[in-house]
Amino acid sequence: MRKTNDLILQTVTKIVSFMIFMFALHIFFAGHNNPGGGFVGGLLTSGAIVLLLLAYDLKTVAGSLPIDYKILIAVGLLFAVGTGLGSLVFDVPFLTHAHDIFTLPILGETHLHTAVLFDIGVYLVVVGTTMTIIQTIGENE
Amino acid sequence: MIKIMLTAALVLFSVAIAIALYRIISGPSLPDRVVAMDMIVVNLISAVAIISILLETKAFLEVILILGILAFISTIALSKYVERGVIIERKRNR
Repeated sequence: MRKTNDLILQTVTKIVSFMIFMFALHIFFAGHNNPGGGFVGGLLTSGAIVLLLLAYDLKTVAGSLPIDYKILIAVGLLFAVGTGLGSLVFDVPFLTHAHDIFTLPILGETHLHTAVLFDIGVYLVVVGTTMTIIQTIGENE
Repeated sequence: MIKIMLTAALVLFSVAIAIALYRIISGPSLPDRVVAMDMIVVNLISAVAIISILLETKAFLEVILILGILAFISTIALSKYVERGVIIERKRNR
């Protein structure tokens, strides 16, 4: 087999994957007032990991990102259910969300909403499911 | 006036997409089709930008970035398939 060299692809990946991570984070937090949210953010994050998988191989990425994606799905579902159960503590129906304006030290007046916790659950489940599918297919010889 | 110019640009972009579509259908080899798909996505990005000007909204600006990212990843995946025959390797022998 011909000797191949992926220097350009790996150098570009080192920069571009971080850009995709940052964009996914932006689109996740902008989801309340702009287009975006947990689903697209999770898909973009898994897109960045897929780019790492394309430039390197499965073992290298598993060494630098030691995450079991099946556990990530469970943690995401736990977040979503925990947000719903947390409303029962305050004697309101299941999945009732609360929001208020807080004054934080650096950020100033911030509108915090418990729907973000639910969205974190969606994000983790989407990343876990996509990466489980891709890794399971990629490991198959 | 600006609306006529933007519509003319959209028509020209659709002509470019049609030409790339011809290359996808009748391209003799797989790399021809990969490059034609990349060209279609680039033209689609420009078309989305013009449509968002025509509709006077900022809601489609994320679509442009996401299309660029998806085109980059999919072109790399397809070209790796053409080069190596496998898209995701288990362990690189180097």
